[in-house]
Amino acid sequence: MKLSKILKNGFLIIVACLALSACATSKKTTGQMQGDVYTGTDTVEYLASGVPDRVFFATNESVLTTASRETLRKQAAWLRKNSKITIVLEGHADERGTREYNLALGERRANAAKDYLMTYGISSDRISVLSYGKERPVDSGSNPLAWSKNRRSVTVKAN
Amino acid sequence: MKNILITLLIILIPVKSFGLIEVDITRGNLNPLPVAVSPLSIDEKSRQNFENILKKKNIGSEISLIVENNLRISGLFNPLNKDAFLQEPDIANLKPRFEDWNLIKAQALITGKVTYVEDKLRVEFRLWDVLAGKEMMALAFTTVPNNWRRVGHIITDKVYERLTGEKGYFDTRIIYVAEEGPKTQRVKKLAIMDQDGANNKFLTLGNELVLTPRFNPTSQMVTYLSYFRNLPRVYLLDIETGTQEVVGDFPGMTFAPRFSPDGKKIIMSFAKDGNSEIYTMDLENRIVEKITNHPSIDTSPSYSPDGKFISFNSDRSGYQQIYVMKSDGSNVKRISFGKGIYGTPVWSPRGDLIAFTKLHKGKFYIGVMRTDGSGERLLTENFYQEAPSWSPNGRVLIFYRETKTDSKGEGFSAKLWSIDLTGYNERQVPTPTDGSDPSWSSLLSN
Repeated sequence: MKLSKILKNGFLIIVACLALSACATSKKTTGQMQGDVYTGTDTVEYLASGVPDRVFFATNESVLTTASRETLRKQAAWLRKNSKITIVLEGHADERGTREYNLALGERRANAAKDYLMTYGISSDRISVLSYGKERPVDSGSNPLAWSKNRRSVTVKAN
Repeated sequence: MKNILITLLIILIPVKSFGLIEVDITRGNLNPLPVAVSPLSIDEKSRQNFENILKKKNIGSEISLIVENNLRISGLFNPLNKDAFLQEPDIANLKPRFEDWNLIKAQALITGKVTYVEDKLRVEFRLWDVLAGKEMMALAFTTVPNNWRRVGHIITDKVYERLTGEKGYFDTRIIYVAEEGPKTQRVKKLAIMDQDGANNKFLTLGNELVLTPRFNPTSQMVTYLSYFRNLPRVYLLDIETGTQEVVGDFPGMTFAPRFSPDGKKIIMSFAKDGNSEIYTMDLENRIVEKITNHPSIDTSPSYSPDGKFISFNSDRSGYQQIYVMKSDGSNVKRISFGKGIYGTPVWSPRGDLIAFTKLHKGKFYIGVMRTDGSGERLLTENFYQEAPSWSPNGRVLIFYRETKTDSKGEGFSAKLWSIDLTGYNERQVPTPTDGSDPSWSSLLSN
């Protein structure tokens, strides 16, 4: 079950990578977005020096990007060093979806981050997951850039 | 709720059919029927008694205003201006001078009388066909004075039913989420109000996030999602007593709750390890059953009125689409095949249609389709709108709409709207604050 899930996510990541490289010419990097994934730092906070607290997602997706995986590896290293710390992964969606589906999507995004942290040795006992769906946007804008900032999983210290 | 304190004493009726006026409800509001609502007459002693109790100068006129407003917002009727009425209310109630009412182009006339009888409010009213010069209906009932607004709604329901041949939806309430504050930190409370926006009451304080309240079939219980202690779980609330309890003991988020049509079960989603599945819990024996089994997101379940089927949305095809299955989870069939993504299916009380939200090319639509997915009809398009809920007679949908913010991220609002199944008569439903996630009650006086 668990294994098949990780395999499935792995597969999705490979597919996403292929898709990205296949259309690298059409996916413009416009300062703060690559495709429709936020790559800026406006809203990012830090758990420790050099350890960003959040990762971003494409519309309707819960696949981790290369940058997201790098961020989560930094978080995992920080968590390994600070073994008493427990965390909540707060999953969010943008406002362009129905409320109930977005609650599920936020949960799926936070779990994608959780699964990745676990593959880097962080015990599931230290991680809880909380979905806010579209209820807690960081950017109140109604435009693609604002939506990209809101599609996120944020790692929050719980203790 | 307040257990139908109304005692319906139907005195005179036997209505013969004379081939009288009829309103075609399926046609939209192209030609609303002109109707005269003569103020309910009241004797001076009764007027004074009610003024003391209710602080309303003339309760007869107040009740008539409710009827008039209901008829207007139905879109099917055009209540005429009272200034043009020639006949006094008390005399009109005894015997209308039809030629006078005909002169102002009224086709139907409502008259009546309010009296104070042993601390109670007694109402009688009559519906007249002006062209045929006949009485179509006469009813009387007695209730506690505080129920005076409901009296207006019940009169409207009876008139609506007599003229359209279908049950009304006026003696009903809406439960919804009242919203305030900046978009990034909305404070949300459960609120309940009459269908016309009156008697608004907050049921929670706003300390925790609450979402998606839905009535049970008797409209005395509500199931909803609360983030109490940051643990999003489905709750059950008894409106009358205020008692709340968590539904089930799930090791994770439960959401998207609704009652089964017999009120005995709650159907909802449970999310775990990135996978949302649909479950039911029996409220009597607490037995939990898993209904779906698929590694995709399965949510927004809604029963058919006979309880035999469940519609829901799932992204198992890659994107959110609408599916129908038997209530045991077997025979899953996708029914939405149009362009775009589809969500929030809700089965109509008549059983023949499913209302939904659709997103296509950056626009949100509220629409309906048959339960096999055929006959898709979009009723309204907007920047953002979702979550339709049916009026108990299946003729009107209520939903919420959010505005696009400006370049500074300001100007956000969320409001309740309603639209007829015909696609006509779209209107904002008044709420004291912003509102979302509306759910329509059953007919209270049934």
